[in-house]
Amino acid sequence: MTKLTFIAHDGTQFDVDAENGSTVMENAIRNAVPGIEAECGGACACATCHVYVDEAWTAEVGEPEAMEEDMLDFAYEVQPNSRLSCQIKVRDALDGLVVRVPARQG
Amino acid sequence: MTETIKTDVLIVGAGPVGLFAVFELGLFDMKCHLIDILDRPGGQCAELYPEKPIYDIPGWPLITAQGLVDKLLEQIHPFKPDFTYNRMVSSLEKLEDGSFRVTTDENEVFEAKVVVIAAGGGSFQPKRPPIPGIEPYEGKSVFYSVRRMEDFRGHDLVIVGGGDSALDWTLNLQPVAKSVTLVHRRPEFRAAPDSVNKMYAMQEMKELDFQVGQVTGLTGADGQLSSAIIKGPDGDVEVPCTRMLPFFGLTMKLGPIAEWGLNLHENLIPVDTEKFQTSVPGIFAIGDINWYPGKLKLILSGFHEVALMAQAAKRIVSPGERIVFQYTTSSTSLQKKLGVHD
Repeated sequence: MTKLTFIAHDGTQFDVDAENGSTVMENAIRNAVPGIEAECGGACACATCHVYVDEAWTAEVGEPEAMEEDMLDFAYEVQPNSRLSCQIKVRDALDGLVVRVPARQG
Repeated sequence: MTETIKTDVLIVGAGPVGLFAVFELGLFDMKCHLIDILDRPGGQCAELYPEKPIYDIPGWPLITAQGLVDKLLEQIHPFKPDFTYNRMVSSLEKLEDGSFRVTTDENEVFEAKVVVIAAGGGSFQPKRPPIPGIEPYEGKSVFYSVRRMEDFRGHDLVIVGGGDSALDWTLNLQPVAKSVTLVHRRPEFRAAPDSVNKMYAMQEMKELDFQVGQVTGLTGADGQLSSAIIKGPDGDVEVPCTRMLPFFGLTMKLGPIAEWGLNLHENLIPVDTEKFQTSVPGIFAIGDINWYPGKLKLILSGFHEVALMAQAAKRIVSPGERIVFQYTTSSTSLQKKLGVHD
C-alpha cells in the first residue's frame, strides 16, 4: 500500500492507503475527499479532479501529457504544479505524496 | 407561429440510450423524434470521449464511444427517426387529450403522446470561466456564443480560451471589432494549427494582441465591461474590454426540465423500475438522468431500461392494443420492420 495525503481546501487532511496502479482521483473518490468531483469518471475529459501537487513532489509526479494539459485549460486557477488527479497513477515512488484540492473545480 | 411537429414519442437527448430507445420503440411501431442540444448524435460519448474505449458493452469486448454511437445509428436506421439538433427543450404542457406539447428554446413546438427524457447528465451548456465577478456582465457584455457578429462591431473584444471556438472567433471578429485581445494561459493551443498560424501572423502585423495569462479581474459598471485584468508571466496587464467571449468548454446542467413539475432527487428524476416512468404518467426517464434504488449509471443499464419503457409507452400510444412479446431472431413481423430479407 502507498500512502497518499489529500489536503482539502479548508485544510482538512485525509491520509489514505492507495493501491499501486490505481489513480490518485480514484482514491479521492473512494475516501470521499471533498472538492474532487471527477465528473467524467477518469476519462481525462473534464477538469474536475484538478489538484495541486505539493512542491516537494512535482519532480517525482512529473509533467502532464499534452491531452491533460489541454484539459487543464478548463480548470480553475491553474498553477505550474496543477495536475488532473485521474492522470496520476499510484506507484511505490509516490509513497507519502501530498496533493492539495483547489477552492473549486471549474 | 411555426408548424407543430407531431410524433408518437419525443425523446429528449440523442445519447446512446436515447438512440437505442428508437430501436425498442420502433419494434412496437412507434415513431420517434429526438431533440439534442449538441449539433450531432451521441451525447457524452460523442462530445466528451469519442476516442475512449468502452469495455462493458455486452458482445463488444472493446468499442470506442464514437464507434458505439455509429453502430447505434446503423441499428436504428430502419425506423427513420427524426432529429432536431442545437436545441434545448424549454417548456412542457399537458394537453386535454393526455398528450404533451413541448417547446424548444427556438420556439419550435412538438406534440407527442409520450415524452422520454434521456438527457444523461443534463444539457451541455457553456462553462462559466473561473473569473471572479463575471456574473453581472453575462448577457450584457460577456457572451458565451456569437449569435450575430454585428453585436461586436466597434468593440474592444477580449476572447479567452485556446480551442477552435476561441481561435475561429478571434480570426472572424478581428475585421469587425475595434480591437481584439486573445488570452490563453499558455502559448500552445488546442485549435487547428492553420488557425493558430493565422493568429500569430496577425499578431505580427499588430492586427490583434495575444496575451499569455489568465483573466483575474474585470472592471465596469451596470453590466457594461470597460477593462479586463490579465495575470501573465510578467505580472498584471489591464486591457480595454467592452465585450468578452470566454470559451471554457461545456458543462452539463439539468436546465428547464427541472421546471416541468416532475419529482426530482438531487437533480435526477426518480422513476419506477417496471416502466421507468416519472411522477407524471406518460413521461419516462431513462439512462443517467433517472434514479431508482440500486441505480447504476451504465450504458448497459440504460439499454435495459429502454426495453421495459417501450412496453409501457406502447400501452399509452396504442391503448387497448394487445402487446405480443416477440424475439427479433424469429419473428417475421419484427424482421420486416428491421428490413431483414431472407
